[in-house]
Amino acid sequence: MEVPSNQRIGEAMGFGMVVKGDGYWYRPTSIDGVLEVFDVARRSGRKVVQRGAGRSYGDAAILPEGLILDLRRMNNILAWDPTSGLITVEAGATIEQIWRHTLEDGWWPPVVSGTMYPTLGGALAMNIHGKNAYCKGTIGEHVTEVEVITPSGQRLNLTPDDDAFYEAISSAGLLGVITRATLQMTRVSSGDLRVLPLSCANWEEQFACMERFEGDADYMVGWVDAFAKGKSCGRGLFHAAWYLDEPAERPSSLRMDHQDLPDTILGFFPKSMVWRYLKKLNNRWGMRKINWAKYTSSRLLGHGKPHPQSLVAFSFLLDYVPNWQNAYLPGGFIQYQSFVPKEHARMVFAEQFRMQQEARLESFLAVFKRHRSDRFLLSHGVDGYSLALDFKVTERSWPEVRRLAHRMNDLVLEAGGRFYLAKDATLRPEDARAYLGEETLARLRARKAEWDPEGLLSSAQAERLGLV
Amino acid sequence: MSKYRHAIVVGASSGIGRELALLLAETGCRVAAVARRSDRLEELERAHPDHVFGVVHDVVAFDDVPGLFVETTGRLGGLDLVVYCSGVMPEVGPSEFDFAKDRSMIEVNALGAVAWLNEAAIRFQNTKSGTIVGIGSVAGERGRVGQPVYNASKAFLHTYLEALRNRLSKYGVTVTTIKPGPVQTEMTARLNLAGAMPAKDAARLILAKAPLGRDCFLKPTHRLIFWIIRNFPTRLFRKLKV
Repeated sequence: MEVPSNQRIGEAMGFGMVVKGDGYWYRPTSIDGVLEVFDVARRSGRKVVQRGAGRSYGDAAILPEGLILDLRRMNNILAWDPTSGLITVEAGATIEQIWRHTLEDGWWPPVVSGTMYPTLGGALAMNIHGKNAYCKGTIGEHVTEVEVITPSGQRLNLTPDDDAFYEAISSAGLLGVITRATLQMTRVSSGDLRVLPLSCANWEEQFACMERFEGDADYMVGWVDAFAKGKSCGRGLFHAAWYLDEPAERPSSLRMDHQDLPDTILGFFPKSMVWRYLKKLNNRWGMRKINWAKYTSSRLLGHGKPHPQSLVAFSFLLDYVPNWQNAYLPGGFIQYQSFVPKEHARMVFAEQFRMQQEARLESFLAVFKRHRSDRFLLSHGVDGYSLALDFKVTERSWPEVRRLAHRMNDLVLEAGGRFYLAKDATLRPEDARAYLGEETLARLRARKAEWDPEGLLSSAQAERLGLV
Repeated sequence: MSKYRHAIVVGASSGIGRELALLLAETGCRVAAVARRSDRLEELERAHPDHVFGVVHDVVAFDDVPGLFVETTGRLGGLDLVVYCSGVMPEVGPSEFDFAKDRSMIEVNALGAVAWLNEAAIRFQNTKSGTIVGIGSVAGERGRVGQPVYNASKAFLHTYLEALRNRLSKYGVTVTTIKPGPVQTEMTARLNLAGAMPAKDAARLILAKAPLGRDCFLKPTHRLIFWIIRNFPTRLFRKLKV
């Protein structure tokens, strides 16, 4: 049997740096190149994992000893129509490439993640959401056409009229390779948003803010202090934001130099250094203080005072500190995000906080968002809320963090909640079966039998969860 | 307690290699046991069916190594440790110069190591992690009357491993040279070595020293003794019967 060349081996890990898996890297630039990777897989008896920017936190884009199909070199912008706002790109194009290409014409991506670095292919594989998930849904809902290459060699163009469209998007790269997509951008007349910060004393106030603005605001997000207990449990800072109308033609706010974040803080302190300082505080003691300081300043400064903020600064908060994830070295971190129907969300999130505090494994960063359900196959959407929690992992704490995650899973499943494969590193196979349901899994298997009968596409996550 | 999860042990059918394979398997590590003698490998597999699999290979089949290496890491599901233990030391008379014997020592002790450890180096340089362990010998410290080519083959291995260490340390790769003294193995059985270390003890020490990334003796006294031997004036050394 043929083997891949040892020279192709390389390190691959999830964004959270907890799970790693060395594989053989292939970086095709064409559809023929993609098909060639499947041929190598057949000849060598290996499986293929798809990978974009590697921004999935867990093990979705790694496969130990597998062939890594890295699509980042297929990143051309193929067509852009500034009158209709339709952009067609190859799957390796990043969200950053897309907004930089369209913003000066007055268009912004309909849905973006908290970082601009993911590829569109990866974003569609996971069907990502943004801070406007409750009104705009997931990114797949704004796609008018995708091209999918199946391991069996078919080349398909799918539109929202095809059932397979809702399976190719959201299926974590397990069915076929999305090589091209057309995205309907959102019209904006200003590069700024009007942002309203509201300090919240507890979970009641957080939920009240979401309910108050959900019919009106264009974006909503809540930051929560996971260390606060008792009556203060759920305290934090809520932000609502609205697109601004600027009557001027081609306002300067749409220009790159208005959007680009400065690379220093206060004009002199280089941001590239920040993670090294953050690392010193990246422990329970330091993070308790930072969360407290952030909450306290939210009460004293800016509460209830709307201010303008650029689209980039508001949307891509995670990019504000370059390489912030390194502050979690050497052990890395996981992000645990659960999606809970609105009736039970308050109870579940409060209980999740109690469990973390009891285990002395509080999340260092907790983010709260409103969502809606959608019809995509491996959907994470619910008519309810999500809470994303970053947990530091060390060699010693990893089993405890996993145990905590499993206890929190039980709560989420009891409430009819869901999970998100882009974040997951801790689900058990039974958790995945429970939230996805037998019918969904049967549909996944049926489509897999059609598009990938040899089972060439896989991932460490899919193997862990029994999805392939 | 070993932190290794996937290991290749080359020369695992007897002696130090066999004990290393067993020890690693006991700590839950998956081990690819590479050796020529398939009956010995089957024994190892039977002892730890969930953790050990045998790879039948003669280390002098150099051309097979690149393919076999990748195939083996695929079966292992990853790789973080490679130990090269293969070694031969045929009996050589005090005034014997036998090219066939000398060639076999160079091929097994030196060239086989280069064939396997080059592949390990390529992989670990790219994955930016991993540990390479080579079993050298105190016999490689000086050229001695009894075993000219055995001495030279081990000296080759020491220098090669030192160079690998210097190349790879910047990629986070650990390269450790083990210089055992006399160990009770099949290779040394005919020598009736008094006070030789049991192979199992040697294996335990080797695993403990593997993360150190330097030249390691297995006995604390060896460091001093072999420092003296290494620096012994050559005019006097030739008069000794060591």
